[in-house]
Amino acid sequence: MDIFYPIQLFADWLTYSVFEIIPKTLLASAVNFFIFDTIKIILLLFVIIFAVSIIRSFLPPEKIRNILSHEKKYVGNILASLLGIITPFCSCSAVPLFLGFVQAGVPLGTTFSFLVASPMINEVALVMLLGMFGWKIALIYIISGLLIAIFSGMIIEKMDVRNLVEEFALNGNGKNLNLPELNWEQRLKYAKTYTLDIVKKVWLYVVIGVGLGAWIHGYVPADFLAQYAGSDKWYAVPLAVLVGMPLYSNAAGVIPLVGALTEKGVAMGTALAFMMAVTALSLPEFLILKKVMKVKLIFIFASVVGVGIIFTGYLFNWILN
Amino acid sequence: MNIKILGTGCPNCKKLEASIKQALEELKIEAKMEKITDIAEIMSYGVMSLPALVIDGEVKLSGRIPDEEEFKTLFSE
Repeated sequence: MDIFYPIQLFADWLTYSVFEIIPKTLLASAVNFFIFDTIKIILLLFVIIFAVSIIRSFLPPEKIRNILSHEKKYVGNILASLLGIITPFCSCSAVPLFLGFVQAGVPLGTTFSFLVASPMINEVALVMLLGMFGWKIALIYIISGLLIAIFSGMIIEKMDVRNLVEEFALNGNGKNLNLPELNWEQRLKYAKTYTLDIVKKVWLYVVIGVGLGAWIHGYVPADFLAQYAGSDKWYAVPLAVLVGMPLYSNAAGVIPLVGALTEKGVAMGTALAFMMAVTALSLPEFLILKKVMKVKLIFIFASVVGVGIIFTGYLFNWILN
Repeated sequence: MNIKILGTGCPNCKKLEASIKQALEELKIEAKMEKITDIAEIMSYGVMSLPALVIDGEVKLSGRIPDEEEFKTLFSE
C-alpha cells in the first residue's frame, strides 16, 4: 500500500467535503493535487532533512577534511563527491570549505569534486525530486550529479591549476582540528534546529511552486512547451543551462516549476540539466570564490561542470525519450 | 574569559553572537567578546563550518548554535 494514502484521503476530504468542489472538474483536480503534493513534500522534508542532519552530526566538514587529506587522487574524488551529498552548502561557506581543504593538503581536484557535489546534491533537492517525479528520476539525478562531480574534479586536477589559486590560500597553515564529540542530546537538538530552519526557509517556495504546478497541470495544454523545448530541439539543453546559472540555488522553488514544465512538453533531460545548472552553478558563489582563486580558474570550473551538465541533459533526453 | 566569535557575517553568525550576549548577561559572567571576520585569521583556527566559538584560544564548537544549557557548561569550565 502507498504510504501516502492517508494524505490522499485528507486531500479528498478537504477538496470535496470542506471546499465542496464538484469532483472531476479542472478546479477539483488542481486543488486536490495542490493539497496532496504540498503536504507530502513538506512531510518528506521534515523526515529526510532530520535524518541527514543526524548523519551530518557525525561527519562535520572538519572530519571530512581529515578523511580526504589522507586519500589518493581517484578515491578522493569519489569520496569527496559522496561526502558532498550530506554537507549543506551556502555561498557563504564556499570560501572556508575551499581554504580548509586546500590548506590541509586535500588535492585541488578533490576539493572541486566536493564543491560541485555539495550544492548540487542535497536533501532538499532529493525530497523535491522524489515527491514530484518519483524515485527513478531522483536516483538518476543523484547518480549523474555524482559522476559530474567526480569527473569535473579529476579533469581540473589533470589541468594543473595550482598557479591559478591565490597565494595565501596555498600557504596557510593547515591545522587539523579535533572538536569534542557531540552527545546524542546535542545531535538531536542540532538536527531539530536545522530541520526547522530549512523547512521555515523553503515551505513558501514549495507552496508557490506546487501551486503554480497545480495551475499549469489543470489549465495549460499538455504539449504547450513541446514546440519550444521538446527533445528534438537541440538548443534546449544549453539554453536551459544558461538560464539556470544566474538563478540562485533553491531546489525547493525550482523543482516544482520544472515538474510542471516537463508535464507540458519540456524533455526530462533538459529539465534535469536546468535543475543541475541552478544548483551547481551559481553566480553569487563564483563572485565569492574570487577571493581565493583567479577568475580564469572560476571560468574553468564553470565550463567543466557546465559541459558535464549539458552532456547529461542530452544523454537523458536520448535515453528517456 | 576571552570569547571570540568566528564568522563572515552569515545569518547564523549574528544569531550566535546574540545568544552569547544573552547567555553572558543571564549568567552574569564578565567576558571580553571579539568578532573575527577576517577569513585568513578564521582559517588559522582550523574551523571550516561557521560560525565557530573560541574560548580562551580554544575552539569549543563550530557550525551550530548551542542552547542555554550548553552555554552554561561552556562558560563555567
